[in-house]
Amino acid sequence: MKYNIKEELKKRRLVLDGAMGTMIQKLELTEEDFRGDRFKNWSLPLKGNNDILVLTKPEAIKQIHAEYFEAGADIAETNTFSGTTIAQSDYACEELVYEINFEGAKIAREIADEFTAKNTEKPRFVAGSMGPTNRTASLSPDVSNPGARNVTYDELVEAYSEQVRGLMDGGCDVLMVETIFDTLNAKAAMFACETVFEEKGKKLPIMISGTLTDASGRTLSGQTVEAFLISVSHMDLLSVGLNCAFGAKDMQPHLHALAAKSPFMVSAHPNAGLPNAFGEYDQTPDEMGIEIKPFLKEKNLGIIGGCCGSTPAHIEAIANQVKNS
Amino acid sequence: MQNRKPMMLSGLEPLIIDENSNFINVGERCNVAGSKKFLRLIKEESFEEALAIARNQVDGGAQILDVNMDDGLIDGKEAMVNFLNLIQSEPDIAKIPVMIDSSKWDIIEAGLKCVQGKSVVNSISLKSGKDEFVKQAKLIKKYGAATVVMAFDEDGQADTYQRRIDICKRSYDILVDEVGFAAQDIIFDPNVFPVATGMEEHRTNGIDFFKATEWITNNLPHANVSGGVSNISFSFRGNNTVREAMHSAFLYHAGKAGMKVGIVNPTMLEIYDDIDKELLIKVEDVLLNRTEDATEALIEFAETVKGTKKKEADVAEWRSLDAVARVQYSLVKGITEFIEADVEEIRLTYSESLEVIEGPLMGGMNKVGDLFGEGKMFLPQVVKSARVMKKAVSYLQPFLEQEKDSCSLSAGKIILATVKGDVHDIGKNIVKVVLECNNFEVIDLGVMIPNDKIIEAAIQHKADIIGVSGLITPSLEEMADLAKMLDEKGLDIPLIVGGATTSKAHTAVKIDPNYRNIVAHSNDASKSIQVISDIINPKKKEAYKQKLKSEYKEVRTEYLKRKEAKKFVDISTAKTNSSTLNFDDYTPVEPRYLGASNVMHISLSELKKYIDWTYFFRAWELVGKFPAILTDDKIGEEATKLYNDALELLDVIIDKHLLKARAVFGIYQAKSNGEVVTVKNPNFEAEKQENEFTDFVFPRQQKEKKAGATYSSLSDYIAPENDYLGMFAVTAGIGTNELANFYAEQGDDYKSILVKAIADRLAEAASEYLHKEIRTNYWGYSAEDNLSNNDLIAEKYDGIRPAPGYPACPNHKDKKRIFDLLGVSEKIGIELTESYAMQPVASVSGFYFANPNAKYFGVGLMKNDQINRIAELSGESVNELKKLYSASL
Repeated sequence: MKYNIKEELKKRRLVLDGAMGTMIQKLELTEEDFRGDRFKNWSLPLKGNNDILVLTKPEAIKQIHAEYFEAGADIAETNTFSGTTIAQSDYACEELVYEINFEGAKIAREIADEFTAKNTEKPRFVAGSMGPTNRTASLSPDVSNPGARNVTYDELVEAYSEQVRGLMDGGCDVLMVETIFDTLNAKAAMFACETVFEEKGKKLPIMISGTLTDASGRTLSGQTVEAFLISVSHMDLLSVGLNCAFGAKDMQPHLHALAAKSPFMVSAHPNAGLPNAFGEYDQTPDEMGIEIKPFLKEKNLGIIGGCCGSTPAHIEAIANQVKNS
Repeated sequence: MQNRKPMMLSGLEPLIIDENSNFINVGERCNVAGSKKFLRLIKEESFEEALAIARNQVDGGAQILDVNMDDGLIDGKEAMVNFLNLIQSEPDIAKIPVMIDSSKWDIIEAGLKCVQGKSVVNSISLKSGKDEFVKQAKLIKKYGAATVVMAFDEDGQADTYQRRIDICKRSYDILVDEVGFAAQDIIFDPNVFPVATGMEEHRTNGIDFFKATEWITNNLPHANVSGGVSNISFSFRGNNTVREAMHSAFLYHAGKAGMKVGIVNPTMLEIYDDIDKELLIKVEDVLLNRTEDATEALIEFAETVKGTKKKEADVAEWRSLDAVARVQYSLVKGITEFIEADVEEIRLTYSESLEVIEGPLMGGMNKVGDLFGEGKMFLPQVVKSARVMKKAVSYLQPFLEQEKDSCSLSAGKIILATVKGDVHDIGKNIVKVVLECNNFEVIDLGVMIPNDKIIEAAIQHKADIIGVSGLITPSLEEMADLAKMLDEKGLDIPLIVGGATTSKAHTAVKIDPNYRNIVAHSNDASKSIQVISDIINPKKKEAYKQKLKSEYKEVRTEYLKRKEAKKFVDISTAKTNSSTLNFDDYTPVEPRYLGASNVMHISLSELKKYIDWTYFFRAWELVGKFPAILTDDKIGEEATKLYNDALELLDVIIDKHLLKARAVFGIYQAKSNGEVVTVKNPNFEAEKQENEFTDFVFPRQQKEKKAGATYSSLSDYIAPENDYLGMFAVTAGIGTNELANFYAEQGDDYKSILVKAIADRLAEAASEYLHKEIRTNYWGYSAEDNLSNNDLIAEKYDGIRPAPGYPACPNHKDKKRIFDLLGVSEKIGIELTESYAMQPVASVSGFYFANPNAKYFGVGLMKNDQINRIAELSGESVNELKKLYSASL
């Protein structure tokens, strides 16, 4: 039986899983692990290319999804954050992009279905993760030439289209354009979704999640939260939200501003506090659980989870708060 | 009818147009078809100026920016993309939504791919048939934009009421029902055509537009209406009074009918209620086609109207004084508001503009100078007065040039510079302002100026005096060299030295003997005027020189006598009596993290709490402890004003993120051996550093003390094994120069100096804040900390943070080692000059010693035997070390 995330969202709040990177780091994988047999002779080092693990260490990734589902997550994000030809070019893995997204979605689909079968009252879903790429269409890479760009809208549309094809074919329930620091990149991703929908004659719900750069409450490309919301409201979204950059406490006022204006459901997946000066997240699951409480007062908050630094224990704390609210 | 849905657009900020919105004005000057100037700028690729046109419109109140590149001689697509990309880098412009304006679809589409916000397409229509229209509308929806729809179809442009509403209705139904376009994102343009042209068929152009607008508003739910207003008055070109009246009457009626958006030049608009009543009636007769002879009547009346407008100014009491008194009042009080008007009034009564400066303006400044001299005015006020003077003179500049009177009215020409390798310029800038107030012409060469450039400029400008400044110790060496060079060239230009590191003793001993002419030391902006006046006065100069030379000779003799009397111990003796702590009952606390940190971004609003204001006032020569200084009998009032100005500016800086604070630090395993502390970098391979170990040599005191006393070196605070040393660099200066220059360019030296003084305080605050984070968190050796800011200022915590170049570790070059270890330049952008001064200036770097018994001390004077020893230990040449330690030898 096929469950519908839109319908489920009408009934209850859904919990999104936590950080993938933090969990992969804990596995302390070596260069050899990343390469596996298949890429033994790859021309570039692959360590750090987390997305390729869906091909070389699928069981490990599946296990991480399982731990999050076990902790109470309703939605697993595929391990495809950098699964575009643009981001994969750092590792010369452009050719693998469709496969990464297809397998990334398939792994998550399988484990989600297992959990759903165990408890049909709590169906689990798969969100195809679409990161911002490592280039930005609104900002110049060259200080002396503010009109220059190192990626165009058309290039982004092409790259994202390939990703969406893989994610859809692999069995995602929803597409999630996340960690948006440049709204123009996100608009290109949305354009790509729409284009592939037209191609396939089939639509998936879309989640949009932006990232604010500092306490000024603007995206890296300079937009306020409300301007960002207006800029992505031309599609009928499953949700619009914020992720990364802040811990829950610092994100809260911005999320409140977004929720107050949003015609859509709202989502939030903050970091586990702020990184300290050595890039580590010190916030405990209990602290994070307490900090997300005010989020649950937003009537239209539909989806909540964790970003950088969050672990299954953090997600469990969040799931408990959601259950009690 | 259901509630109207608002139209929502965005640039960097939202623009929401709903029933309650006032008329939304579209800026139309970035249009190559409508503005010859803009076309020329785009053709010449003068993008700076083209952007200035955009910025002016935003400043002038435009809420949407129209961009049009339709011209046969330019590549419209490329120009559109390039200009929209450039706008994106200008937050003051990019904050409003863009209207992508072209008759060519490929230009529109290229534009849509450049804007992150929700923009407006201008325009599409049924002109080329329904298929084309649907295709374009679908794409606009997919790109996420709103669109203007012209009342235009396969048969042409709608020019009657019926055609207007028929085409708009048809377009609306296609867009909403077939394309699924959001109705509130449709903006109809029902065509504004001229009235009063004399042609019969144009009589209803106004009324038809209003009626069509009203019909659209009432019958096409949520859709908006827009129009190009200036078309309506086309037949009255050249008569702005009538045109302005027509525009505002048109807007009034179109607005009542429901028009929310439009293109109108704000300077071509009269206030509706201010329109001459007779003119208004005649205009409305035309617009509304109320009378048979409306056109003729308006044309006839138009000949007779001439509009002049007057604005009343605020009249304060002092404003009733005569103009000269008002100018002097403004100068003394530092009020810029009326100065130009008042100077103009005076100018008209004088035959030459120069006389205005020499007379009333200099009179006012002399009064300021007198009050300053008498201690009745204070530095911050003088700087404000200078701001007024500058504005007055720059107002007179064009007249002066016209009168071609080049005679100098300056009291003397002075070259000012901060010497090579040094970047500190707050003091120099204050001196500059004070000198200018006293009628001296100042040629400010800036910071980091090599001596040959200073001399070259002095010769070229025929300077009367050279003034140099420096804050760090290596600058002293530069000054001594400059004196030598002046002497070798046989020049006779007096040299004045100043800056925090300079002293009368150093000037007498190291600089004065190098130059047979005048060398004077002055560390005080207010006193430097007297020194300079004495030097420059031909009658006094020689006597002054003799006096100064003999004074310095005396200082020199005294100094040498005392120095001879001073006894030093050998470095080996000093070492045997070191202040090494007892490490037996001390276990160093293991830090939570080892190695270099990432970049820390520190919020300025957090830093505000850590500011030590006492030093802020000192930069302005207001001496006293904060907050008592605010209520001081003599300077309290001025200190309070300065404090309020600083707080106000600080809030703007915080609010608009004009400055940024960044830090990086590291904690390392360390061990000591004599004066050498060796630190181990755990990540040296990952950080691609050459060495795993870095040595710091900390010099030891050598001045003889009482028997039993100890001779300190910072190395004494580190255990021989298993200890730790921290180090850090913070800056709050990112953005300082830009902001200071911004104010300086506006002639506001006061704010320009204020910015730098505030940035310096923020940097010190950042280092206080960071130290606390280190103690309580990252190193975690102290659980304190509910220490108040006063406790922090009084250093009521364990451990010290000495900075290279300061008394406990006078070698500025230690900064280089710290910077290399931490990756300071790459991470937070502080650069070191060849003299190891930090840029931006508002930066602090230093060491962390955690031992609770560590204390600040001064190394004081050293002997050559120690230099030789340091050379052995560090591998640096004796010559280089002598330079680095010149102030200690």
